[in-house]
Amino acid sequence: MANVLKRIYIALIFIFLYAPMLVLIVLSFNKSKSRAKWGGFTFQWYTKLLSDSSIMEALVTTLMLAVLSALISTFIGTIAAIAITSLKKGARTLMMGITNIPMLNAEIVTGISLMLLFIFFNVKFGFTTILLAHITFNIPYVILSVMPRIKQLNPSAYEAAMDLGASPFKAFFKVVFPDILPGVFSGLLMAFTMSIDDFIITHFTKGAGVDTLSTKIYSQVRKGIDPKMYALSSLIFVTVLVLLILINILPGSGKKAKEK
Amino acid sequence: MSNKLITLENISKSYDNHLVLDEMNLYIRENEFVTLLGPSGCGKTTTLRIIGGFENPDTGRVVFDGKDITKLPAYKRQLNTVFQKYALFTHMNIAENIAFGLKIKNKSKSYIDDKIKYALKLVNLEGYENRMPDSLSGGQQQRIAIARAIVNEPKVLLLDEPLGALDLKLRQDMQYELIRLKNELGITFIYVTHDQEEALTMSDTIVVMNQGYIQQIGTPEMIYNEPENAFVADFIGDSNIIDSIMIRDELVEILGAKFACVDTGFGENVHVDVVIRPEDIELVSPEEGTISGVVTSLIFKGVHYEMDVMANGYEWLVHSTKMFPVGEKVGIKVDPFNIQIMNKPASEDEEAVQIEE
Repeated sequence: MANVLKRIYIALIFIFLYAPMLVLIVLSFNKSKSRAKWGGFTFQWYTKLLSDSSIMEALVTTLMLAVLSALISTFIGTIAAIAITSLKKGARTLMMGITNIPMLNAEIVTGISLMLLFIFFNVKFGFTTILLAHITFNIPYVILSVMPRIKQLNPSAYEAAMDLGASPFKAFFKVVFPDILPGVFSGLLMAFTMSIDDFIITHFTKGAGVDTLSTKIYSQVRKGIDPKMYALSSLIFVTVLVLLILINILPGSGKKAKEK
Repeated sequence: MSNKLITLENISKSYDNHLVLDEMNLYIRENEFVTLLGPSGCGKTTTLRIIGGFENPDTGRVVFDGKDITKLPAYKRQLNTVFQKYALFTHMNIAENIAFGLKIKNKSKSYIDDKIKYALKLVNLEGYENRMPDSLSGGQQQRIAIARAIVNEPKVLLLDEPLGALDLKLRQDMQYELIRLKNELGITFIYVTHDQEEALTMSDTIVVMNQGYIQQIGTPEMIYNEPENAFVADFIGDSNIIDSIMIRDELVEILGAKFACVDTGFGENVHVDVVIRPEDIELVSPEEGTISGVVTSLIFKGVHYEMDVMANGYEWLVHSTKMFPVGEKVGIKVDPFNIQIMNKPASEDEEAVQIEE
């Protein structure tokens, strides 16, 4: 009995969480433009979506932003994580606190302050400003996913490598880096996801003429919802979902490979 | 033995104003098994790390084979370390772990393969090439760590409490294994431990350290039988350390009773510390003993009985194969040869070694 209740409870949670997404996905295959009537199954919104050049342009911008910001923030974040772990305890706690604040900070505040900063330094709004903003909010996520891996490292491993004749540089890339790689990789995916996902900060830091998918959808929706947008949103949802599943199974799969 | 391979000259090291090593001087001969022994925080690991090149001394020089290597980084030194927590590279298999140092030195594939086979045979783990470190037990991992170090043919192998994480039985097996390895390889071992039994079993020379100072250097027998001060006596094995008066040569007054001994040259009526090992005390009938007392506790230890005897205001620790029940009056007798006389600490340096109890 209790078991059945547990299952029902879980089911309810998932229904509330995913029903909106489900409606969206169903509507993206609806032939009728009406939101209340099922007019039959169709792929037409998807094909129309793919032939819409302004949306495709936004997609390319989004992906470029995501890839670039993920790579750059992973690079900076990994180095930062290594540096933070080697700090003394007080300084380390302080640094971690400072790192965490941007994540907890309201996005609109981050967005507006970045916008003001760019205005202050007279940076021309456009792709570069969005990229800088994305790198900024991605770094803490990378640090957070790399940090536990570094803490798990056997501190002697690095010294052992040097003891066996490896220069500090070689010791890092042959011994330390492979060990933290799963963390670095999940940080990269996380940053990629966050970048694709972002609307608010992008909205405040983009210039005229540049659009990512999220800002594109926003401007289209204001004019009236086109079912193409359902198709686009469904695609974004599925992409992010797949990435998140990857992030979650990756560290585990790494362990399994080791046990072989 | 042969010539000095490593010399430490006036090595001092402090962390955050806390002095860990104070003007330490030590030399290590070729082909010697040297153990740095002491309680945690005595500076033994720091000494090892200075030799290995992982720490720089604040002052002093490290001389290796006639060359000053004080400033030489770890990866350029001709010695290898076995770390306390094995420090195997978890993403590499056993063969890759062992080959690590050789690959960096650009040795040929066939040379490396031969070396891996040889090293695995030496540590009795043949056929483990393709296993991952995680799948090995602690003892096996430590053997691999040793194999990984010795394939590089170092002149000196540094071992930092390598058996610390193993259980008792395995630790004893590994001790014999290490002695065998040292004899087969003919290289110098510098071993760090806080386990006195380990030190006594394996070493040619033991360096007893406390609070950054060397307390005594000597063979295991010398350290055990003729401790130079109360710290060494207390740290190595169980002992009765008693405040006494040296009346004249070969006669010492312990707790009011006069005991014959063999030591000379301390002067007359001088305060000294006397060390008597618990197994050197003979329990006899009260009339026969030099002093007499009452057994206050009795524990069966397997090889012997451990008894406390209260006599003349001091609780004597006694190991004996003969059993005396609690409450029995007994006499205490000690062979003059087994009474070890030590000077009281006089200088400030020696004061630091006074045992806090």
